[in-house]
Amino acid sequence: MKIIVCIKQVPDAKDVRLDPKTNTLAREGVQSIINPYDRHALEEAVRIKENMGGTVTVMTMGPPQAEEILREAVSCGADEAVLVSDRAFAGADTLATTYTLSQAIKKIGGADLILCGKQAIDGDTAQVGPGLAVRMGMPYVTCVRKISAAKDKPFIVERLMDDGYDEIEIELPALFTVVKEINEPRLPSLKGKMKAKKLSVTTLTAADINADASQLGLKGSPTWVVRVFAPQFKGQRTMIQGTVQEQVDQLAEKILEWC
Amino acid sequence: MLLIDINACIGCGLCEANCAFAAIRVVDGIAEVNENCTLCGACVDFCEAGALQIEGREEAVKDDLSQWTGIWVFTEYRHGRVAPVSYELLGAGRKLADRKGVLLSAVLLTDSAGEVPGELISYGADQVYVVEDQGFAQFTDDVYGNALEDLARQYKPEVILAGATAIGRSFIPRVATSLKTGLTADCTQLDIQEEDGVLLQTRPAFGGNIMATIACTGRRPQMATVRPLVMKANAPDPGRQGKIMRCAIAPDRLLSRIKVRNFFPLAGDQVKLNEADIVVAGGRGLESEKGFLLIAELAQELGGAVAASRAAVDSGWIAYPHQVGQTGKTVSPKVYIACGISGAIQHLVGMQSSDTIVAINRDANAPIFDVAAYGVVGDVFEILPKLIDKIKETRAS
Repeated sequence: MKIIVCIKQVPDAKDVRLDPKTNTLAREGVQSIINPYDRHALEEAVRIKENMGGTVTVMTMGPPQAEEILREAVSCGADEAVLVSDRAFAGADTLATTYTLSQAIKKIGGADLILCGKQAIDGDTAQVGPGLAVRMGMPYVTCVRKISAAKDKPFIVERLMDDGYDEIEIELPALFTVVKEINEPRLPSLKGKMKAKKLSVTTLTAADINADASQLGLKGSPTWVVRVFAPQFKGQRTMIQGTVQEQVDQLAEKILEWC
Repeated sequence: MLLIDINACIGCGLCEANCAFAAIRVVDGIAEVNENCTLCGACVDFCEAGALQIEGREEAVKDDLSQWTGIWVFTEYRHGRVAPVSYELLGAGRKLADRKGVLLSAVLLTDSAGEVPGELISYGADQVYVVEDQGFAQFTDDVYGNALEDLARQYKPEVILAGATAIGRSFIPRVATSLKTGLTADCTQLDIQEEDGVLLQTRPAFGGNIMATIACTGRRPQMATVRPLVMKANAPDPGRQGKIMRCAIAPDRLLSRIKVRNFFPLAGDQVKLNEADIVVAGGRGLESEKGFLLIAELAQELGGAVAASRAAVDSGWIAYPHQVGQTGKTVSPKVYIACGISGAIQHLVGMQSSDTIVAINRDANAPIFDVAAYGVVGDVFEILPKLIDKIKETRAS
């Protein structure tokens, strides 16, 4: 079975914030990391491979430095790595991204199973997984919290919903996006690290994937950012003073008024 | 391409300070862009010298925009219940439609419509497109996606709105991709641009640290999913008149490639969180699973639901369905009592629209106090037991 895991390099969102006073981004020490959900997708792919055989290929679209996360993914169990990188891809929204990734996947011979994290923590759109499935002509299930796979049988997956979860039967080829509770990702192994070091990462450019230039990057993106600004919060910020008992009494009085 | 006008650049460094990707730097007094640039445009907005510009915005293909008119709301109807966000979207959609002077339509895909179309009209829809078919009995992305896509191609709305719920976030991207149009996820604000009537879609990015306003100028429909509990539903008007249009979808488009075999509902308490009037939430300051017993006790005493910050969920003290914030649920109760929550922005975006926020935290500088109506600086382990006692005592007397 050929499994492809799509991963993304993201700034560690918990470190990125806009200073409301100066209206500038506090970016100091912000690390580039593998999108946390994608780690779970990778782990699940490696487990399915260990269970059923096959190969795991990690793929990312990004600048040349995104190669770092591909190596990290290989150290955690992936077999092969593909970097989809070209200046022409810059400024891609999710529509252009899914086009680019689908062209790259077709270029390397397609896949039986594609796994993605449910969303990336920089954009939080959760759109690339479903969009990629449409481009590949595959059925998909989002927010998967459990995958049960057996040879020559349909996959059974659990899809997290707002009111519970659905149990779904689905035949491959298919695409799943996964949530964190699906598994606990492993740490890089020593063997994996050695492999990652020696690995030659395949790089695919716009020309390599036979892309239609009008569907790439900024040009191929129907959405664009009009402006960005710091979120505004409004609180009247009345601090309840006094001894602990006095604070509690005042607070209890207010709460009983409301509830 | 990010274009830098070297004559206009004053080397102030605002662009560098505001780039989340470390893609622009001031070198020898002039901004320089490197390969990390994603053309997000943040620097362009921050540049006070007007030295930055993104080139290449013109779309390769432009739809004939004049053919597309009207605002649509996808009605989420599952297990015999309309998701409250659908009514909220009819409220928001009503405003947009009135501003543009166009019709507001609801789309209902279901195995049995019953009284729902009339209800949708009472909440503000001018017309309801109804497709009734057994294929909608279970939610599957392909069947729901095909149906909405086919309706959109036939009736050409300029805007399609859906809730940013598990269902909306799952199948709406399918529709947008098939229609080759733009989609903005998780919007918290919608507006119409004065000059050209384009939908302005504002959403949090980078875990809520930055708000971004997105537009889709060259393609139709303009599509957005909207967070639940952000928009306000209108009060239903049972006397409102509207048109119900029954539509058919080609049978082959109603065959799913997946099979939903079973549904397992969440325990009642967990589902209630989105709809509770009172929410008591705990964070890192609760220190352990045991700490959450205090939260549960206070919530029970007040008839409220239990919530948690991501820190508490990640520590394993409470299950994920209780998580409030960017990667959890959005809540908007009458009263939100935040205990031992510092108020990371990711948490604030999930609860800031609560009517009254009370914060109890040891650290007087915690950002949670910035959104709080009332704050108490103190130890949750000291305050909560006393507070529970006091409330019990007062209620008893």
